[in-house]
Amino acid sequence: MLAAGVSRGWRSALAGVAAATVVLAVIVAALGPALTRIPISALQLVVGALLLTFGLQWLRKAILRASGFKELHDEEAIYARELEEARAASGEQRAGLDWYGFTLAFKGVLLEGLEVAFIVVTFGSTQGSIGLAALGAAAALVLVVIVGVLVRAPLTRVPENALKFAVGSMLTTFGIFWSAEGAGAHWPGEDAALPFVLVFVIGLSFGAVALLRRRRLVLA
Amino acid sequence: MKHVRAFGVFWWDFVVGDDWRAAAGVLLAIAATAILAAAGINAWWLMPIAVGAVLWLSLLRAARA
Repeated sequence: MLAAGVSRGWRSALAGVAAATVVLAVIVAALGPALTRIPISALQLVVGALLLTFGLQWLRKAILRASGFKELHDEEAIYARELEEARAASGEQRAGLDWYGFTLAFKGVLLEGLEVAFIVVTFGSTQGSIGLAALGAAAALVLVVIVGVLVRAPLTRVPENALKFAVGSMLTTFGIFWSAEGAGAHWPGEDAALPFVLVFVIGLSFGAVALLRRRRLVLA
Repeated sequence: MKHVRAFGVFWWDFVVGDDWRAAAGVLLAIAATAILAAAGINAWWLMPIAVGAVLWLSLLRAARA
């Protein structure tokens, strides 16, 4: 969005952000109520399995980055590349908007936002509070857009890998908890088991980082 | 047809990601938990152990690559 706004004009970029936000809201509004009609055990099973596959992807990338097997995201380099591409693109006008700037912002927000919409729908439907989950996500989106417009630079100081680690751990924890419950298992202490599962996942992740770092040193 | 394929590839990548074996391992672990539960065994411990194994094997494959 920043690259589109800086290089192609803020009007088209913000229109792209607004259009993508509307599409995401429609997805949440359509999927949310539909999911709440599914029996809770079936919902826990499906949502748990999806959160697990999703959470393991995040955790896997974060562990590989933390252990040096995958390069850390260089936000400044990515921003500079996107800015260059946006400046080089043709200036086609559609509906009074710079079409490249609009589609760049629209695609970026929609694709990244789909992950957030997925988390809102799954967590919200399983806990019976989609509205509250959507409100939390909307507040985060507004905050990021405001900071982005004010700063007009990539948020390089945000510790991206640490955030991915945290989100991956949470998704994996809830995925383990709900998929086991959905499959018919009962946790000792019921919901009180969740913090212990989280501690297990975090311990597992830090252990994996340490082992992979040692393995990397041996290979080097 | 091209758009349908692209749509399918996007969702496969979105849900399954880089390592389809990890997703398959998760599904196998859930199925095993359900089978044990149906047999009267409360196998709450199976998912954490299976996820640990799936994650470690996936990391090893990525590290070797």
